[in-house]
Amino acid sequence: MYPTICFYVFSVVLVLCAGMVVSARNPVHSVLFLIAAFFNAAALFLVAGAEFLAFILVIVYVGAVAVLFLFVVMMLDVDFAQLRSGFQRYLPVGAAVGALLLAELIFVMVGWQFHPAVPQARFAPPPDGVSNAVALGRLIYTDYILLFQTAGLVLLVAMIGAIVLTLRDRRRSRHQIIRVQTARDPKETLELVQAGIGVGVRSIGIFRPKTTEPADIDTDPYGESHGSGLQHPAEAHHAPQVR
Amino acid sequence: MEGLQQVGVGHFLVVSAILLVLGVFGIFLNRKNIIIILMSIELILLAVNLNLVAFSASLGDLVGQVFAMFVLTVAAAEASIGLAIVVVYFRNRGSIQVEDVNLMKG
Amino acid sequence: MTFITAVFAPLFGAMVAGLFGRWIGDRAAQAVSILCMLLAAACGPFAWVELEWGGAGSGALSLGPWIHAGDFQVDWVLRYDALSASMVAMVTFVSMLIHVYSIGYMAHDEYRRYRFFAYLSLFTFAMLMLVTADNLLQLFFGWEGVGLCSYLLIGYWYDRPSACAAAIKAFIVNRIGDLFFAIGLALTFLTFGSLQLDVIFQGLSQHQGDLYGLFGGSIRVEELIGFLLFFGAMGKSAQLFLHVWLPDAMEGPTPVSALIHAATMVTAGVFLMARMSPLMDYAPAALTFVTVIGGTTCLFAATIGCVQNDIKKVIAYSTCSQLGYMFLAAGVQAYPASIFHLLCHAFFKALLFLCAGSVIHAMSDEQDMRRMGGLWRKIPITYVTFWFGGLALAGIFPFAGYYSKDAILEAAFAYGSGASIYGFVAGVAGAFCTAFYTWRIIFMTFHGKSRADAHVQAHVHESPWVMTVPLMVLAVGALVAGFLLHNLLIGPDWAAYWRNAIVIAPNNDVMTRMEELPGSVRYVPLLTGIAGIAVAYWFYMVNPMVPVRLANTFRPIYLLLLNKYYFDELYDFLFVRPAFRLARLLWQTGDATLIDGVPNGLAELTVDGSKGAVRIQTGSLAVYAFVMLIGLVVLVGVFLIWR
Repeated sequence: MYPTICFYVFSVVLVLCAGMVVSARNPVHSVLFLIAAFFNAAALFLVAGAEFLAFILVIVYVGAVAVLFLFVVMMLDVDFAQLRSGFQRYLPVGAAVGALLLAELIFVMVGWQFHPAVPQARFAPPPDGVSNAVALGRLIYTDYILLFQTAGLVLLVAMIGAIVLTLRDRRRSRHQIIRVQTARDPKETLELVQAGIGVGVRSIGIFRPKTTEPADIDTDPYGESHGSGLQHPAEAHHAPQVR
Repeated sequence: MEGLQQVGVGHFLVVSAILLVLGVFGIFLNRKNIIIILMSIELILLAVNLNLVAFSASLGDLVGQVFAMFVLTVAAAEASIGLAIVVVYFRNRGSIQVEDVNLMKG
Repeated sequence: MTFITAVFAPLFGAMVAGLFGRWIGDRAAQAVSILCMLLAAACGPFAWVELEWGGAGSGALSLGPWIHAGDFQVDWVLRYDALSASMVAMVTFVSMLIHVYSIGYMAHDEYRRYRFFAYLSLFTFAMLMLVTADNLLQLFFGWEGVGLCSYLLIGYWYDRPSACAAAIKAFIVNRIGDLFFAIGLALTFLTFGSLQLDVIFQGLSQHQGDLYGLFGGSIRVEELIGFLLFFGAMGKSAQLFLHVWLPDAMEGPTPVSALIHAATMVTAGVFLMARMSPLMDYAPAALTFVTVIGGTTCLFAATIGCVQNDIKKVIAYSTCSQLGYMFLAAGVQAYPASIFHLLCHAFFKALLFLCAGSVIHAMSDEQDMRRMGGLWRKIPITYVTFWFGGLALAGIFPFAGYYSKDAILEAAFAYGSGASIYGFVAGVAGAFCTAFYTWRIIFMTFHGKSRADAHVQAHVHESPWVMTVPLMVLAVGALVAGFLLHNLLIGPDWAAYWRNAIVIAPNNDVMTRMEELPGSVRYVPLLTGIAGIAVAYWFYMVNPMVPVRLANTFRPIYLLLLNKYYFDELYDFLFVRPAFRLARLLWQTGDATLIDGVPNGLAELTVDGSKGAVRIQTGSLAVYAFVMLIGLVVLVGVFLIWR
């Protein structure tokens, strides 16, 4: 009985939170409701007995993905006062289609019957006496190791992809050019001068000469920082400048 | 496991179905911005995960949970790339409202 | 062998001058073509002499196979008999003289001259192929070849729109005749199973009863073939209804007019009649038609020639009229007389044209006789040779025309049928007009006060010797060809000369009867000729106001003659304008709208379709997602239903 109550409570909250994700006006609120939904889903997982997955859900989804969402929502500084309404236009048709979908799914699921021979078709029956995490670990690192590595590759690609997409090479910002630094000759940069006691720097005349930026280093060989076609609206008002 | 036996797999599936439909609603009913779409996709994937876990528990087959883990991985990757695209798009266009994202029109 | 050389030497000259003229230069091209023509002019008469007096046998000289397609077998074969040899001799000789003349006439031309000589030689070759053909297809090849070269030469000065139009007109009118000729060829092949002349002639008697169903009625095949071949001849020889191209063809240079429209191409029709004489003997209705057309053309063209003002046009109508004479003779089956007149006519008509060219050359390209006059002292050689040509044309003893033209009229009278008597009367009237207009030319051009402006008068000069020598040679020919050859060709022993080249039906003794006519009939043409000269003298030398007053009094008739009986206007109304209208309709509606419309319309349909289809791509994410949702729902539904 206890699991049943837990189940109903968590599932109702989950559905409510999901509804709020979709319909909240403030996108930050949407993200927060998403986090709440994830938490409740994790609880449902616990009810179903998949503890490892529940924790993973919290750690990964809430800790990483939802935080990422939050970052982006807050960074993009969307002015939600300007948000247009228009929600209502597709609502009848959309609601109808969605209701239809829901009806179909429930129809499927309610009429679901397991084939009698299903228990024999199980891929990996959980072993007795070990926790869920251990059992899962035993599976992943042995039978599904390739999939596991592929999943790692997918994440690697996603990481590189995200960097490639968003990295802006600002030529305006001064940054280190390592090879120039390491190729610098100490003889040209350092000069030992004997100064008398109490003599000021100005009278000795050893002001460091102004160094100019090396002009021939092209830090933007592919012309990425110029952008192509559409520029950021703030920049688009300026004439293209030669940097 | 025993929780599931008490509740019954059907209930889990119904919840999952509702979550799916809510996610789908979110994709095309929202007029606010694209990030809502990404969040709706996360909801859909969550529904799928719930489905997988429910069956895994009811059939006693751990493969469902393994698969749910991979779905999780992919969801994370997809969310990050999607957000990167949104960021770059916002940088170039200045708006992420769904109606303004129509450069691909014929 | 000399015969083959005579036929092919002009082709060689044409090829070299035409294909390489640009590289070897005008003078070299001229030299090559002249040399080849000289060779041909030596070989042609030599082959003729060999045949007639040297005892060479007549026969067929096979050159090689041409078409072998099932039952249709045609080879390249040259026919070496009296008719071919005579024609070859005349064609090569006259053509050679005209080539030489052209050196002088075209010397001041602004174009590259190798083209002209190439065309002239090519034309000569085509004409020689025509007259030496042993089968009708080869004859048609020559027929078309001369038509083509006529087009090329009439339109030689291609930057003159009138020349181009005249060339097209000549070609098209010829084409109409050629259409009938081709149908006749097809019918011949259908009936006789071959196009070879020997085979046809042998099959004539066995097919003489064959009938051909035409427009519901039936007509004897040989009759029909005769008619069709004559229609082709009408086109080529500018007979009554298809004559409209000949005066316009004077747009070409004068040597062209001399060669093509006096001596050779236009006589191809007459030659065809003579060559097909065995067949024509079996087609009496066609022969009657030939007689009528010939006689009518003779008078018709002569009357027009009386009032024309362009010197070349007068001579062109004269040619048309003389061709009418030749057909008149052919119609009464006096083919030898027809060919004899053809040969003599070649000499004096070419002479007349070349003299006209000489006059035009002297008058700085002036062709209107109303602006000439008083030239006889300044260009004496031309004047004298023109007299020779005129006397020959008018048929004054002892010049060539006396024998040949009188022979024709005697034959027409002797034949005795209604059509031939009509032809005789027309011919006599035509003789009067012929003499009249010839001396009209002489008096208007050479006598009286000069009506040209001072600038032109100052430049009047005799032509160079390359032009006057051919004139003199032709004048000699016009003088002697008649009395030297008449006994041979149309005398009592004509059959010995012609052997089997010309066949007259055995029951037709017109050739003998025409010798036995009473003197009153025999001298009628001569007397009418002299009368014509006298009238012309009175009109233009004694009392120049008479023609003017006549023209004013009978103004409608004068205008009718001046406008060539309005044939051009009639054809324009009947054929040319409807053809243009049809062409415009087909172009704008048929081609531009319908035919172009199909691919254009398809393309536009595609574009519009894609424009409509492209509206699916709204770019709106919401719509795309919505469509995906619908797809999902449909999929699940399908899965459910087909579970």
